[in-house]
Amino acid sequence: MAEITLQHLRKTYGKVVAIKDLSLDIKDGEFLVLLGPSGCGKTTTLRALAGLEMLDRGRVIIGGHDVTALPPGKRGIAMVFQSYAVFPHMRVYDNIVFGLRMRGVSPGEQRKRAEEGAELLQIASLFDRYPAQLSGGQRQRVAVARAIVMQPDVLLMDEPLSNLDALLRLHMRAELKRIHREVRSTTVYVTHDQVEALSLGDRIAVMLEGEIVQCDTPARIYNAPANRFVGSFIGSPPMNFLSGTLRTVDGRLTIERDGARIPLPPARKVTAAPADGTVLVGIRPEHIEVTAAPAPEALPGRVVVLEPIGAQQLLTVRVGDDIVKVSTPPEFQADAGQQIWLRFNPDRIRLMDAQTGAAILS
Amino acid sequence: MTLRRLGIYSAVVVISAWVALPLVLITLAAFSPREILYAWPRRIWPERFTLDTMLFFVRSAGVLQSVVNSLIVAVLTIVLAFLISAPTGYALARYRFRGRDAVQLAILATKMFPATVLSIPLAVAFIRWGLYDRLIGVAIVHATLSIPFVTVIVSSVFVGISYELEEAAMTLGSSRLQAFLRVTIPMALPGLAAAAIFTFVLSWNEVFAATILTLNNRTLPALIINSVVAAGAPLHYRFAGGFFMVLPALIIILLIRRYLLTLWGVTVR
Repeated sequence: MAEITLQHLRKTYGKVVAIKDLSLDIKDGEFLVLLGPSGCGKTTTLRALAGLEMLDRGRVIIGGHDVTALPPGKRGIAMVFQSYAVFPHMRVYDNIVFGLRMRGVSPGEQRKRAEEGAELLQIASLFDRYPAQLSGGQRQRVAVARAIVMQPDVLLMDEPLSNLDALLRLHMRAELKRIHREVRSTTVYVTHDQVEALSLGDRIAVMLEGEIVQCDTPARIYNAPANRFVGSFIGSPPMNFLSGTLRTVDGRLTIERDGARIPLPPARKVTAAPADGTVLVGIRPEHIEVTAAPAPEALPGRVVVLEPIGAQQLLTVRVGDDIVKVSTPPEFQADAGQQIWLRFNPDRIRLMDAQTGAAILS
Repeated sequence: MTLRRLGIYSAVVVISAWVALPLVLITLAAFSPREILYAWPRRIWPERFTLDTMLFFVRSAGVLQSVVNSLIVAVLTIVLAFLISAPTGYALARYRFRGRDAVQLAILATKMFPATVLSIPLAVAFIRWGLYDRLIGVAIVHATLSIPFVTVIVSSVFVGISYELEEAAMTLGSSRLQAFLRVTIPMALPGLAAAAIFTFVLSWNEVFAATILTLNNRTLPALIINSVVAAGAPLHYRFAGGFFMVLPALIIILLIRRYLLTLWGVTVR
């Protein structure tokens, strides 16, 4: 059990900057997800934490000890690799107790911990098999068991679900959450899958180009993205962004676009008003209501396409030059080309600076 | 379609015969009684077999000693070649370093100079260094010949073993060396063994350098060549010697042929 502090990490490969200047505090027992597109530095950060990458600069502190100069085996970590990295020339049991053997744990204790780990992962019946005789999902479980029997202070996982098929991934996701609840190791989990991040993380650190863009709870990340990137990376479909003009009308902040005026709730304040009033309006598809009749606060648009996606439908609407995605109830009907009006929930609107993309509305 | 198939089959028959016929004939001759070998018209099938011819060869002066010499040279060659090729192959497989391409090119470049061209200066240099007529001298030349192959094979073996496995071992408490010894080496062992066997066959069969660089301490091929060319050894000695030379390579290739194929498959890529 240990908290982690990363201080000003920097890592470059030649001229490529993998991590710029990354600082992060992770609480004891927390499940932290590093989320971002490929090449954002999330895996490099994890590997630096594991001691598999030498940093150019910065310090890694685990449980109060500066481990920056320690090799991976002395950091109190265990890691689950994307490829599982299960040793093919060893039976499942030998794989699971490999780390315990390296530590010089007694054979009796090895057996005990391996059995506990195997029970947690439901793989006790596979002890005598070789990895080649296992399915991908089973290999994954062996890799997790091998890490957990080490009783690590910190458990690191590098996209552990990305090589599984969709159904198995869903199942293992829930399993990992259950295992974390039982083991309670501080866990750092790397993924590019925003659904995984939202479902697993106590907190999510969204990364882009070697920097943490936002680190917050899944709810805050989803509802209050810190900038345009976070909003467009998280959610399926992602947040809509439309240009608009911010004015103060009758003492209230009001967004104007295409003749519509959307007054914002009085409690909301702009942190940095742009000089010319041009802003990006961010709104999630489920926070838009479709009406057949015009209203002063509704934006006019034309239906492009309506796609049923099970529990709801996804409506694509053209508003001026922008495309807006709207979630509608399954009974909603519309024809292509039909004129409709979109009413944005003013409580759920995010405003971003048109140039920087940073959120400017509290 | 049938014509095409006919062509392929004829090619197969011709190529197989090209390789197999001399082997078959030499094997038959090596176990034929002496008088049949000299009889005219010569019979293809000897009808009578004997071990006398082989025993005559094995008991000839210097043969046993040269077999021992050949074995010593082969083992030394394997040791020398692996001392250089194994780390090189590992480095080429695992690390991106400055001069990596140059190393790969240099490995190929060693194959550009025919041994014939180098033989006289080499003999002079070896005499000067006191390596002439010594087994270690022959082993050094054999190692030089085999290093390019062994490096390529070893590197392809290590490329085939994911580095993540070593990293996983390191996160589980191994040092870099322990991870290499406990994870990579056991997995690489069949490939490394194949490379060693390949080196053995190469050294066992090498005749040119061995002949030029030795006088009294002949390896087996050097001895046979010398007996045949300089002393005009009789026919049955030649056949028995030829069979004896071919034997280890045949047995080994037979044993590891499937593995060698996959190995080359990887290497050729």
